[in-house]
Formats: sequence, structure tokens, C-alpha cells
Amino acid sequence: MSSASATAVARPARLRRPGSGVRPTSLTPTSSLSLGIAVTWFSLLVLIPLSALVVTAAGGGWDAYARALTNGQTWAAIQLTVGQALLVTGVNVVIGTVIAWVLVRDQFFGKRVLDVVIDIPFALPTIVAGLVLLSLYGVNSPIGLHWANTERAVLLAFAFVTLPFVVRTVQPVLEELDHDVEEAAASLGASRLTTFRRVILPSLVPAIAAGAALSFARAISEYGSLVLLSGNLPFRTEVVSVRVLSFIEGGNTAAAAALASLMLAVALLVIVALDLVQRRVARRG
Amino acid sequence: MVEPSSLVRWGLRLLALGYVFFLVAWPVALVVQHTFADGLTTLTETLTDPSVQYALTLTLQVAFWAVLINLVFGVTISLLLVRHEFPGKRVLSALIDVPLSVSPVVVGLALLLVYNGRTGWFGPSLEAAGWQVIFDVPGMVMATAFVALPLVIREVVPVLTEIGDDQEQAARSLGASGRQTFLRITLPSIKWAVVYGVVLSLARSLGEFGAVKIVSGNLTDRTQTATLVVEQKYQNFEQSTAYATSFVLAAVSVLCIVVVSLLRPKEASA
Repeated sequence: MSSASATAVARPARLRRPGSGVRPTSLTPTSSLSLGIAVTWFSLLVLIPLSALVVTAAGGGWDAYARALTNGQTWAAIQLTVGQALLVTGVNVVIGTVIAWVLVRDQFFGKRVLDVVIDIPFALPTIVAGLVLLSLYGVNSPIGLHWANTERAVLLAFAFVTLPFVVRTVQPVLEELDHDVEEAAASLGASRLTTFRRVILPSLVPAIAAGAALSFARAISEYGSLVLLSGNLPFRTEVVSVRVLSFIEGGNTAAAAALASLMLAVALLVIVALDLVQRRVARRG
Repeated sequence: MVEPSSLVRWGLRLLALGYVFFLVAWPVALVVQHTFADGLTTLTETLTDPSVQYALTLTLQVAFWAVLINLVFGVTISLLLVRHEFPGKRVLSALIDVPLSVSPVVVGLALLLVYNGRTGWFGPSLEAAGWQVIFDVPGMVMATAFVALPLVIREVVPVLTEIGDDQEQAARSLGASGRQTFLRITLPSIKWAVVYGVVLSLARSLGEFGAVKIVSGNLTDRTQTATLVVEQKYQNFEQSTAYATSFVLAAVSVLCIVVVSLLRPKEASA
């Protein structure tokens, strides 16, 4: 049911261990050559630029690094971004699980449409996402909600772009959950709430955690949807990525790199965390 | 299956539908409505606007090259990761996922630091050799290829792992060359995974904004892509043009999702 675009992005980082049917062989001359070319391209495109970022960030020494991050306006942007990202992750943990439950266990007219609509935030270009939100929450709001250029706009944009993560990580786990266990719990006298809390929820926790980590990482790094929506007011609605961009435009590469390296660190931490969750699940399964 | 009471059930259903309606469905519907508020006039005017036309063509070019590069790179890396053993394989496999979680702004800055023509690590020598990367198409292709890098790999690797290599071994022991084995055995079985990967990469590439904004310099009629035009038109109070361009981009992305979800069940039943 869930469409590919979502699963491709929401699927937590997975260690690709060869299956039992595959006997990995050592490299032949041809495959060595293609490995060489592929790794060279990957280095030129990803590894060297990201290293340049870290080197530039570290270039001024620890003091300069700390100064760049604790500059009043930058620190305000960090606080706003992290705060709203945590808030949105909390919202997603609850609402995402509810939506996944509704998609798997409920039956009603139009469920298929809901399933497709969930993927729209993944598919839409981020700048379009911002414009889309402006149409309902901007100056000409048909329902009188003028949230543009306020802190709420940041929350709104984060919520929009992160909507599918928890849904798409929880949904497949819920689909595969064994109904027998729930029935056994119920027949042994567990109430519905107890069954949910003690039987269903524990098996969903790794998926919810993975979805939450992805939501948080995505929210922290969001840029496009905020450009038009949040007004980028210093100390009020300016997020970290916007701050990085204004550093770049102002020619302050060192400060831009310092802040960007922090964002990179969060992204790497999330990848490692997801890998750990994944391995724990694999061991248990 | 243990059923919750009908009250809880209705409550959850309403919560889910209400949230998605207010956050996604209604706003998207409004953009469609803005686009067609005065019939097809806005859309045709937008599509005949020279800078929008230029931007859409440029976007297609950049997306084409980025997808092509990711296709070749993705299939090669997938085959190497699944079929071969080499030192550093696990690290490489973990690093491949990095581009998906890194902010587009970070991507743009990282490329800028290495390839800009004045102070970049490689930029000045490349420029001396006649290659301008930043503020030109090569840089934009690189930024786009960076953000969409893992999408093909993530589709192809699971399929390669699942099908195993028995048929390939058989083909080889019967005397097929490496190229023949790839074209006649491996490629047909990963065909659909490759198609999904390409469609997903295409959607991601057409919509890239932040990274391209940084490396392109956002020069009107020179390095301005469709998403950058949306921003500029909106800020210049040409809102109907912005909405119509957004509609075109959104329609293509939604089409991509629909194509993928239509293709997928076919494979499952095949």
C-alpha cells in the first residue's frame, strides 16, 4: 500500500548484509576498476566537500568555533530550531502512530486517498511546500489564521515536511503484527488499554523511535519550506539553516561552516542511532 | 484482532483525518484553486513567461544529468556492495546513506568550499583549466546528484540481495562473459528496482532548492531553476506566477508518486 517514495526515504538506514543466497566474491580486475571510479566520484562529490566543511569549521580553533555558535543571533536560531524540532517530533510520535493505526486497522471510505496524501510532503519540492502552507496560514488565510512570520510558521513547516516519517516506519510493523498475541491477551482478561500498552506498543517502539529520529533530523535541516513562510526574522523565526545561508551570503564562511558542522554532526548521530536501533531489532527478531 | 470501542475508533479516525486535512490536503487544494482561479490564463501566461521557460528547461537538464550519474553510480555501487567483498565495505555502505540526512544548505556550503573559483580547494585549478563548477551547471548537477545519491542504491540493493547469485553463477559456468551475465541475467531481475530508483531520484532532483540555491548563485535566466523562480516570483509579488509554477512542479512530483505506486503492485504479483 504505502508508496515507494516514502518507504525509500523513511526506511531507516540499514546495514546491507548479503543474504544467504549470495556468496560475495573478491574483486576481479574489472570490478576493482569500477570500484575505484565509483569511490573517486563519491569522494569528489561527498567525502571531500564534507571534510572541507569540517576543516573550515575547525580552522579558527576551538575559541572561534564556540564564539560563532554562541553569537546571540545564532544561539537564538539554534534554540528555536532545536525546540521546535523536538516539539514536532513529539507531535509526530503521537499523530504518526495514530495515523498508522488508522491506516492499518480501520476501514472507511477514502482510506486509500489518505494513504496517498501522506506521501505528498515527501514528493513536493520544499519551496512549494512553503507556498502551499502560505495559502491556508498566510496573509490571505481563508480561515483567519495568520501564522506566517511567527514561531508557529516554523512548527507548521516542520510538521508538514516530517509528517510521513513516523507513519511510514510504524505502518509496516503494525501490518505484520501477529493478531494471535493480542487475542490471547484479551482472552486472558486484559483490557483493551492494557493490550495496547503491554502487547502492541512494545513491538512498535523501535519503529516509532526510528521515525522520531528521522523527523528530528529532517526538521533540524529544513530550509526550503521556511524561506517564504517564516519571514526569517532574527531572534524570532530564523532557523539554523537560514542563518547558515545568511552567513554564506555575507561572506562569513568560517561561521557558516561552524554552524553547518553542528548540523552535520546531528545528521551523523541520527544515522548511527538508527543503525543501533535496527541492529537491536534484528538481534531480537 | 482486538477491536477498540467504536468511540475510540471514531476519535482516532477523526484525529488522523483532521490533522492531515488541515496540514496537507486543504493547503494543497488551495494552491490548485489559486492556479485555476481564472481558468487556464494564469497557467498559460506562466508557461510562456521567458524566465519560467528558461528555468524549467534548465531544471530538466540538471535533473537529467544528476539522475543519469546517480543511475550509473548507484547500480555499480549496489553490485559491488552485494556481490563482492572488499576492505572498507561496511564503512562505504554506511556513508552512502549520509546524503539523505544532511541538510541541503550543508550540502551547498560543502561543495562551495571545495569548488568555488577563488578560495576553494580545487576551484581555482579547475577554473584555470577552463572548468567553472560553482555558479554554473556542473555545480548544480553535483548538488542535485549529492542530495539524490542514495535513492537508486536503496531500491536496488535489497532486490540484488534477495535474488541471490545462483543464476549469475550458472550463466558464468556456462561460459557467459561478465557483460553478458549483467545484461541478460542481472539487469532484467533488477529492472523494476532501477525504475523506482530513477523515478524517485527524478522527483527529488526536480524539486531541489537549498543546495542548488547556494551553488548556482541564483542568476536570473542563467542559473535559475524552477524552484528558485518560485521563490523570486513570490517575493516580487508575482504570486499567481509563483502559484502556477509551483503547481507544475507539484503535479510532476505527484505524478512520480502515482507512477511508482502503480508500478509497485505489478512487480509483487509478477
